[in-house]
Amino acid sequence: MRSRRAVISGVGVVAPNGFGVQDYWQATLRGSTGLRRRESVDVNAVDRPVPRVAGEILDFDPNDYLPSRMVIQTDRTTQFALVAASESFRDAGIDPEQIDPESAGVVTASSSGGLEYGQRELQHLWQQGPRAVSAYMSYAWFYAVNSGQLSIYNNLRSVTGVLVSDQAGGIDALGQARRVVEAGTEIVLTGGTDASLCPYGWAAHRSSCRISLNTDPIGAYVPFDERATGYVPGEGGAILVLESIEAAYCRRFPKPILVSGYAAGFDPNPESPRGMRHVICGAIADAGLDPGDIDAIFADAAGILKEDAAEAEAICSVFGAFAIPVTAPKVLNGRLFSGGSSLDLATAVLALREGVLPHTPGVHINEGYGIDLIVDRPREWAGRHVLVLARGRGGFHSAVVLTRPDDAIARSDATP
Amino acid sequence: MEKDALFTLADLWAALRKCAGDVEHVSLADEDLGETGFNELGYDSLALIETAAYLTERLGAKLPEEALAAAATPNAFVEVVNEYLHDAEEDH
Repeated sequence: MRSRRAVISGVGVVAPNGFGVQDYWQATLRGSTGLRRRESVDVNAVDRPVPRVAGEILDFDPNDYLPSRMVIQTDRTTQFALVAASESFRDAGIDPEQIDPESAGVVTASSSGGLEYGQRELQHLWQQGPRAVSAYMSYAWFYAVNSGQLSIYNNLRSVTGVLVSDQAGGIDALGQARRVVEAGTEIVLTGGTDASLCPYGWAAHRSSCRISLNTDPIGAYVPFDERATGYVPGEGGAILVLESIEAAYCRRFPKPILVSGYAAGFDPNPESPRGMRHVICGAIADAGLDPGDIDAIFADAAGILKEDAAEAEAICSVFGAFAIPVTAPKVLNGRLFSGGSSLDLATAVLALREGVLPHTPGVHINEGYGIDLIVDRPREWAGRHVLVLARGRGGFHSAVVLTRPDDAIARSDATP
Repeated sequence: MEKDALFTLADLWAALRKCAGDVEHVSLADEDLGETGFNELGYDSLALIETAAYLTERLGAKLPEEALAAAATPNAFVEVVNEYLHDAEEDH
């Protein structure tokens, strides 16, 4: 038993299909998609087919949420992080102004950094010369910027860091944040957001040649389906509040979710089940559980045939065929890079709190994969242990087990 | 003879607002803030560098940006700009 156990007590979400936890959760249970065809993409300007569908967050004006001083010096990705962090603190019932700054830290995931800001300042450099480049460029583009700005804005002065492992980053950041809480820091903001759909980011994503070229938002991102031809990039993510379970209980917080097991691994071959199997077993062992204890899986869901097959094979090899419900609500928002597994973590927390497993709309499951993918509608569910999986480009694999503590139910019932 | 101020506190507030955003809970029209520390107003050294770079472009003069970034108060910042502008005039 670990001496100090870390729980997720706050969730903040910015997603293409819903801005804020309530909007996001309702949209997800309805199966409402955030994927849209982008009319602005110039299809004539390039030499090969251009992906057209993305999970964009529409109508976001940072001035509605942040002081102008922050808006001027931050990229969209940082603005998302700041907004989601504020919601996460509210959800946890914590006022950042009331906490001891020396006892609170930040560990977020990053993938692209402030790409849109960087693109704009490169344009200034090119068109008007070096003097026209903003001084804030010095950090606004940098991939550690979200942790830094979350720390400054909320006055959190304990351990701060950033993890960069593409789509696996949200889980890796949570794993590191858990270590920080176990080592004695009271509160840690974690999770991640990304916003890289600007032309510069779009060009970078295209170079992966893994993005779906399907121009119809329905059917563009269909993991575990024979029609799968790639993923859809999206933006947004989630920021979580992590604290010790003792602290959560002390202030009578009714719905903490325990981070009970974590494992990371590396396997450069995305078509091999080996890396995924390794982290699944590692996270379950770290939680002190057996595979039979796990009640549901949030899949990485690459949307690429051979990688879906590898993930399904890894799941079946540990749990058996059709032995455990699997879901991938991320089909509604696309893959959000560092925001991707962060949003999956938020969704898993909501599923554990609410007793509902969201589904994977639009996928015609290939039965040959041997997994019980929830496709038709959300499933009422009384599970306690959820496994969340993620793979990052290049070979990153991560898994985490989230658990609704037994005694949390009793204590929440006891809370007036 | 007292030299005319070529650059005023109001000019600085306008530049700061454009380059670094508003100060929260404080009216920038308030001339009394000239002696308030930039730290207290929420403007860090980067905000001052950004503002100095903007003013260099706008005033068409190569301002001493390091000295400006080190200014502790708005009045000190304005004074450095004016000294420089007057020196530049006398050189002509």
